[in-house]
Amino acid sequence: MTQQISLKKLTLLALPLLVASPWMPQWMLFMVTIAMANGLVGLGLMLFLRAGLVSFGQALYFCVGAYTTGLISHFFKFNEVLILLLLSALASGVLAFALGFLLAKYRAIFFGLLSLAFSMILYGLLAKSEALGSTDGFNIPAVTLMGWLPPSDLVRVSILWVAFITVGICLIFINGLIRSPRGLLLTAIRDNEIRTEYMGGSARKTIHLIYVIAGVLAGLGGAIAAIAVGHIDPTMAFWTTSGEFIFITILGGIGSVLAPFLGALVFGVIHTLAFSNSPNTWQLLIGSTLIFVILLLPDGLWSLTSKFKRVK
Amino acid sequence: MDQFLVVFVDGINYAAWLFLSAVGLTLIYGVMKIVNVAHGSFYSLGAYVSATVVGLWFRYGFDPYLSYLALFVAALLAGFVVGPPIERFLLRYQYDKDEVVILLITYGLFLILEDVIKLIWGVDPYFVSEPYELLGNFEFASMTYPSYYILMVVLALLVGLTLMFVLKKTQFGRMLISVIHDREISSAMGINVGKIFILTFGAGCSLAALAGAFTAPTISVTPGLGVEVIVLSFAVVVTGGLGSMAGVALASIIMGLVRAFCIHFAPELELFVIFSVMALVLSFRPRGLFSLAESRKI
Amino acid sequence: MSNPTLLKVSGVNKTFGAVTAASDINVSVLKGECIGLIGTNGAGKTTFVNLVTGYLKPDTGVILYEGNDITSLPSREITRLGICRSFQIPQLYNTLTALENIEVSYGIVSLSAHKESLFTKTESMIPGYGKNIRQLAEESLERFGLTAYRDKLTRVLPGGVRKLLDIAMAMAVKPKILMLDEPTSGVSTEEKFDIMQMVMNAIRKDGTTVLFVEHDMEIVSQHAERVLAFYNGEIIADDVPEVALNDAKVLKYIVGDKHSSSVPTGKQHA
Repeated sequence: MTQQISLKKLTLLALPLLVASPWMPQWMLFMVTIAMANGLVGLGLMLFLRAGLVSFGQALYFCVGAYTTGLISHFFKFNEVLILLLLSALASGVLAFALGFLLAKYRAIFFGLLSLAFSMILYGLLAKSEALGSTDGFNIPAVTLMGWLPPSDLVRVSILWVAFITVGICLIFINGLIRSPRGLLLTAIRDNEIRTEYMGGSARKTIHLIYVIAGVLAGLGGAIAAIAVGHIDPTMAFWTTSGEFIFITILGGIGSVLAPFLGALVFGVIHTLAFSNSPNTWQLLIGSTLIFVILLLPDGLWSLTSKFKRVK
Repeated sequence: MDQFLVVFVDGINYAAWLFLSAVGLTLIYGVMKIVNVAHGSFYSLGAYVSATVVGLWFRYGFDPYLSYLALFVAALLAGFVVGPPIERFLLRYQYDKDEVVILLITYGLFLILEDVIKLIWGVDPYFVSEPYELLGNFEFASMTYPSYYILMVVLALLVGLTLMFVLKKTQFGRMLISVIHDREISSAMGINVGKIFILTFGAGCSLAALAGAFTAPTISVTPGLGVEVIVLSFAVVVTGGLGSMAGVALASIIMGLVRAFCIHFAPELELFVIFSVMALVLSFRPRGLFSLAESRKI
Repeated sequence: MSNPTLLKVSGVNKTFGAVTAASDINVSVLKGECIGLIGTNGAGKTTFVNLVTGYLKPDTGVILYEGNDITSLPSREITRLGICRSFQIPQLYNTLTALENIEVSYGIVSLSAHKESLFTKTESMIPGYGKNIRQLAEESLERFGLTAYRDKLTRVLPGGVRKLLDIAMAMAVKPKILMLDEPTSGVSTEEKFDIMQMVMNAIRKDGTTVLFVEHDMEIVSQHAERVLAFYNGEIIADDVPEVALNDAKVLKYIVGDKHSSSVPTGKQHA
């Protein structure tokens, strides 16, 4: 069911993009970086979907990751990117660990809506917080890579490289997880939780675990997005942001750890093309695409890759 | 004591609004087991349709006191014209799918409708405050409140009591309760579940439109109205127990009062408060305040 | 020397509102026994299984397993201690094939055996089993005669096969006590006896203690060494089949007076 992702295959995929990156136009570098960030959140959502759950509140951790990076670099004037990413991941992970005790007890709609509630609570807190700029948010200064501050024409490229490496590490880890007995347990929980408990498996523990992992992934995504955009604001926690992440995951499908990134890239392209041309029909486009994908391509865009293989 | 009364009046008004906004959502879930995210856009639709109707009403100089009836009819039309075709031609074919899939489809519909509304009415705000101003103010415990508050509370009570009456005293209501408990058995007993579904969906959407229609005179009607409404309605419905009318009523009252209390003493906590109440209730009662009994699985 | 008492149920009661599902249940099960649970629908047989395996908590009473109190433990803990069950309606993983169903079962076992480590691989050997998940799954399919259905999705499997798969999955945890809930219900009359024979062969080889709920008295007298008869939540008979199946109350409430002379006494031909 899940394809093999080896370090070799990943490098083969990433290498051409990385090599071409210094020559890519700025807008494309930005789009791909944001796609990497969104894809990370989608990767976490994919884990949930495999367990039969949907989180409507991943924006919570996306925002926590972004604000951790933002707060540390803006207020503490510390901007070493590797440390920022690490701390963002840590902050998200700790929060997810705490909230996971409550959320791992719920399933189906309740899980989704409770996760939504927490993200909206954060939004409410941030939107009313004068110190953090209320609904305007605040800017993030440039980041350094192990002490090196890239010149302005290389900023986007270096952020992209950082994003790529982060994503690569996450992909290897998550792919290993899915192919392990723990990964089998996800499907077991989705298909028949009673049976799984009767076999000695703890659904609550497993869901708690993937809730933390998904939180960390979303936090990393938020941190990367914050650095790429250079600005953070409370809408990163709003439920419509969570909706976009869900859209990306549905679009990509769950057939491979690469699928969310495919979804994110396609979303990025549509956004770049459609939003600037016609902002008042953007939601119409996304809504229609979502329904189209659900009805006609329920396994997402990724399922098309296997269809092509069979034709050959 | 005075402060307490202020909180109480504000709280009851907000509770009425919450109830009106959320009751359609719980009705649809109870009968059809669908979480209708498009509920938010029907609220918007109701607001915009009423903005147009009221605008025309007062321009052509009809009896101002009958404008409320116009609002009511406009909302019902909005709900019953747009809602049932969606159920009949799209949703009906998805009932065998997972409830989350249907939720995502209604989410797609929400996005589409939001933009359709923008395309029809544009992005500029509409102001239709005549029905609101018409009623003037009233005094209570040395404070002045808009009399529109009373209208909202009366409307909420009317809707609540009508629903209760329909469910308990009419044959249609009895069929609804049967479908709520078990769709398959109801169908096997000869109940036309398809007809019930289409009527319920229309009713639920109309109730959302009604809430939007009667809120329109108190705000400036702009795109994106439905966005906050849908999440608040979710919170109320889930707290009360998905599908429970009594639940949504009780949850509205609790949240209305708690919110008014918080606004009064700590205004920053507004959105926080509603969701915190929800999180709190769910931690003690995982299925909300009132929920249907579950039958044995193994 | 007699076999040790593996399971001891004392004074267990369970009511659901006005329904008494279990009333003063006292049962001791020795290691290696094979016990048939009989009774009409709603008599409390499945409730008994649910109570012992932790799906329900008794209102009063104590359940001891190997001397330890398991009364308030959740199902997964009880499974890990060595009691497992199959279901009246087979509880399978419906999006997977027969082989994958058993692989998932061994996967769960593997996870527990490796103390929930994040780095367990599906290729690793499971401690205590000597083989990896795939090997164990293939063997299990063979033992239950399911190899032909290996790559078929569960939803296309016939009823009897689903039942066998359900039982095969329960056996993955190597239980000391296995409780089978109506192993031959929903199975055609032609297949019933063969399936029961196959199940018993597969299970009893390891010396597993078995309790099985059954409505077919012929199967009960063929395979059970002891019979527990339930009625209205109570145990009305607890004896060898020859005695229990001819007990007055059992005849009246469960078997039916008319059939008393046709109830087989003693085991049939193999």
